[in-house]
Amino acid sequence: MSEGAANQRIDTVAALRDAAITTLLAFGLFLPLIGFQTVTNIRNELELDTRWPLLFSIVAVVGVARLAYSFLLAPWLERIKQRPVATTTPAWRTSFGKWFVPFCIGFVIVYPVIIIAATGYGGALKWVDNFGIQILIYVMLGWGLNIVVGLAGLLDLGYVAFYAVGAYAYALLAKEFGFSFWILLPLAGVMSSFWGILLGFPVLRLRGDYLAIVTLAFGEIIRIVLVNWVDVTNGYAGISGIPRPSFFGIPFNANDDGFAATFGLEFSPIYRTIFLYYLILALAFLTAFVTVRLRRLPVGRAWEALREDEIACRSLGINTTHTKLTAFGMGAMFAGFAGSFFAARQGFISPESFTFLESATILAIVVLGGMGSQIGVAIAAIAMIGGTEIMRELEFLKAIFGESFDPTQYRMLLFGFAMVIIMVLRPRGLISHRAPSVFLKEPKPVPVDLVKQGHG
Amino acid sequence: MTIAGDILLRVEHLTMRFGGLVAVDDLSFEARQGEITALIGPNGAGKTTVFNCITGFYKPSEGRLGLCHGDAAIWSELDALTDSGKRGITRGDNGLYLLERMPDYLVTQNARVARTFQNIRLFPGMTVLENLLVAQHNALMVASGYTLFGIFGLPSYHRAEHASIEKARDWLNRVGLIHRADDPAGDLPYGDQRRLEIARAMCTDPVLLCLDEPAAGLNPRESAQLNELLKSIGNEHGISILLIEHDMSVVMEISDHVVVLDYGIKISDGAPDVVRNDPKVIAAYLGVPDHEVEKVGAEIGL
Repeated sequence: MSEGAANQRIDTVAALRDAAITTLLAFGLFLPLIGFQTVTNIRNELELDTRWPLLFSIVAVVGVARLAYSFLLAPWLERIKQRPVATTTPAWRTSFGKWFVPFCIGFVIVYPVIIIAATGYGGALKWVDNFGIQILIYVMLGWGLNIVVGLAGLLDLGYVAFYAVGAYAYALLAKEFGFSFWILLPLAGVMSSFWGILLGFPVLRLRGDYLAIVTLAFGEIIRIVLVNWVDVTNGYAGISGIPRPSFFGIPFNANDDGFAATFGLEFSPIYRTIFLYYLILALAFLTAFVTVRLRRLPVGRAWEALREDEIACRSLGINTTHTKLTAFGMGAMFAGFAGSFFAARQGFISPESFTFLESATILAIVVLGGMGSQIGVAIAAIAMIGGTEIMRELEFLKAIFGESFDPTQYRMLLFGFAMVIIMVLRPRGLISHRAPSVFLKEPKPVPVDLVKQGHG
Repeated sequence: MTIAGDILLRVEHLTMRFGGLVAVDDLSFEARQGEITALIGPNGAGKTTVFNCITGFYKPSEGRLGLCHGDAAIWSELDALTDSGKRGITRGDNGLYLLERMPDYLVTQNARVARTFQNIRLFPGMTVLENLLVAQHNALMVASGYTLFGIFGLPSYHRAEHASIEKARDWLNRVGLIHRADDPAGDLPYGDQRRLEIARAMCTDPVLLCLDEPAAGLNPRESAQLNELLKSIGNEHGISILLIEHDMSVVMEISDHVVVLDYGIKISDGAPDVVRNDPKVIAAYLGVPDHEVEKVGAEIGL
């Protein structure tokens, strides 16, 4: 009893010291960042302004949070660590695992209906477009990049280049030659795939960091070509007036031969949005289906084997050159599909949409989700893209922080914060076990610490 | 048509230089069909370099590495093949390959030489069964129509996959790992990993199996099991084995023919008993010049 009390007292002293250090650090860090602010006065001169109340309240929050961590969170984490690990999974967990995926698939299929029922035609537009379509594009891109990074273990920092190739392929061919969306969708995939293989050739000899740098450079090359080849791409101004996909020949407009008139409905932009939603949903499902199938085929197993040990692959007669190229080509193809969908949905594209930040976001989705995991990538895409979108909706925060508070400006900060937390708690991503592609008696998930992350 | 005793692998004047270092110097030897040939020598003698040359991981600086499938009569075409600049020729079931001209994966795919590694190279994050299926990649690739039939789930691919699983099951039974089939390979104990690597190499359907120190790190009981396994591979499947090994209990018991290397030069070549009593071999292992062998031998009680 007395020993426990002594421990408690020492904890208190240590916790207070930690809190003091943290507070000082926060003060030092935030003093220049938050304490001072430059404002332009009426004569257009810069003046130094101070924000002491804000600074002190933030520093106080940091100090209190540190104390709370020491007294509440740390003991709780300790208890969790000491708790005996259950050897059998509880029944609710297995049934949850079994029903989770079908439930999710069912939910995304009826999602537009639910939203329209909940918010009406006017409000639904935003929810289906910003949340549904936007997230699904990134789910699809994540699944595509997952082939390259998660399965084959090739770190690709320039994935957005293939997305751009798909988007520009659709935009240019549709505008110049008037081909329909359904012809150009596979064509954009083929073109992206071609560029993926073309990039694959020089980088095959590279591994790890070197591969990452070259793919990063490739992404920039594509973007800079798009910026500078003004005759074809119209440079920074981008391409506008890209033809929209039609409903099997019936355009979505207010004319007499439009979608609404044909089906005897009142014209509303929501029909096009819902059509686009189901289109990207179908494309995403296609990506998932193909990836799941490929994992069980020799080529998919060869990708994973390549990630595990390239030299062993070669000793088993696997042509690692072809295997890497198929991974690059397949990943790029899905980016091309997504790109042509993006161009068709926006009606306008410019090189601004294909910056490195996009590549980084897609890679972050794959890493956060747990490399190689389909469900993990989907959850991560919802959290990352949906999370940033939801920041726009948090108007009520203005009531707390004042009228001038704009939550969207803190997007990236929270984003980074969330990322650090997840990487501390789950360093190998949300879903951190590998499902075997084939089994004799029962499939046993492979713990992630045995799975290699790839080296090239 | 395979006749035990015919020459399977013919290494001629193999030289491998790394910059100024001559790792293997003008090495010539032959391995015969259905036999176990051991390659021994002190550390740094160049044994693994020879392996890497045979399996295509290194391109030899000089030399010719001929491998024959089937009837040994095809050896008569060796010089013609060398002059033609081709990698190999096939005459029906028989074939002749020049390994030094082939990249590593073709050595396994076409010339059907499989290997294992000194430091085990399994796919640790894949299950034992998956490891054996990856080894059957090329056969399954053809069966899946280079992925196209497989994507659409055609029955012909399912049959092929089923057959490859049966083959894997067969090998797992042989190496005693059937109960671990669904466990990750990285979870197996060391001795099991060694046996799995051999089973994986066997799943590529080799004519020549190259084993780089298969008994390293095994206890005497596991070593004895390994001897049985290697002998049965040779006897039942007619597969020739080329073996690097330090464990003399393995080498002397199972090999039909021993080649001894020291500093990249062949110092002895023959039946195990002959090699065992060769003063040059003893000298190399003891690290003394030839004329002092008897003196040192007497001191340590040989």
